[in-house]
Amino acid sequence: MPTPLTAAKLLDREFLEIRAKLIDLAASLDRIQRAPGPLADDPRMDKITQALRILAAHAPARAEQIEVLFSLPYDEHWQ
Amino acid sequence: MYFFDPHIHLASRTTDDMQLMAQMDCVAVGEPAFWMGFDRSGTNSFYDYFRQLTEWEPLRAARYGIRHYAWVGINAKEAEDVGFAREVIAHLPEFLDKPDVLGIGEIGLHKCTINEVATLEALIDLALTRGEQMLFHTPHLEHKLKGTRMILDILRNDSRMDRSRVCIDHCEEHTIRAALDEGYWAGITLYPVTKATPQRAADMIEIYGPDQILVNSSADWDPSDPLAVPKFIAVMRGRGHAESLIRQIVYDNPLKFFTQSRGFTFKPLE
Repeated sequence: MPTPLTAAKLLDREFLEIRAKLIDLAASLDRIQRAPGPLADDPRMDKITQALRILAAHAPARAEQIEVLFSLPYDEHWQ
Repeated sequence: MYFFDPHIHLASRTTDDMQLMAQMDCVAVGEPAFWMGFDRSGTNSFYDYFRQLTEWEPLRAARYGIRHYAWVGINAKEAEDVGFAREVIAHLPEFLDKPDVLGIGEIGLHKCTINEVATLEALIDLALTRGEQMLFHTPHLEHKLKGTRMILDILRNDSRMDRSRVCIDHCEEHTIRAALDEGYWAGITLYPVTKATPQRAADMIEIYGPDQILVNSSADWDPSDPLAVPKFIAVMRGRGHAESLIRQIVYDNPLKFFTQSRGFTFKPLE
């Protein structure tokens, strides 16, 4: 289905919101890092790092990839 | 623009919300039976809840000109005790025969356990034996992908299935394609944190097209927005989409899906 807005127009509209969300995300990670106690082996931090790599890559379907990253594995022979 | 909210839990909302929804031109809602925030203590508790959905909530909504349609069933969070679930399921036919009852829902999986599957299979069997429509809840967060795939596997096993009469709800980017490719209706729920936003719903519709898609608020007792569908309308307009396309998603599609239910009577608005 054609998207009515061009990439440039979408970026114009969404840039400040994206910027705000990135800052929020950065602040959350800062907050965790500032807090006392170790986190070295928490697998969720590794997932967050992987998710950030997905965001930074130029491949499409980032939202879907991140959802899959945070999903439990599916066994097609479960029945 | 007149719209349906095809999945909302008015039982946990005040009439203030219904008034606002009506002012935003909501003309009809679908309300599935769900988990009220705690596990019910007995089958009578479910029976009274089904009465609330089929008798009281339609009256409350009607005061604001909103037609109310209910789904009945046992939700995935209360499906682990299979024996108890079967006792609840035994009450369903009485309510499925009532006016303005659409079918069996919202049913599905939560933690994707063997017992949840057993309860779900019993509900599906009842639905297909009676020729009822079904509305499926797909699990939250990390269970969503696995649970959606399992639900689709279960449904694929039954040759009685008419996929055009079934909605796989709470779809997100990683599950919507499978639901649509297998011929089901896909519900996109506009709900904070655990589900989609109006913007992401618009994205998915731009990718997959508007056919067989429903958008809903699933507004309930947790932070949620009974005006999520009008906000989706605003997002679509803001992107420059045609009024006819938006109307298809929020009015024509729910009307088409619900019309397949023998319990659905509605005079389409001009």
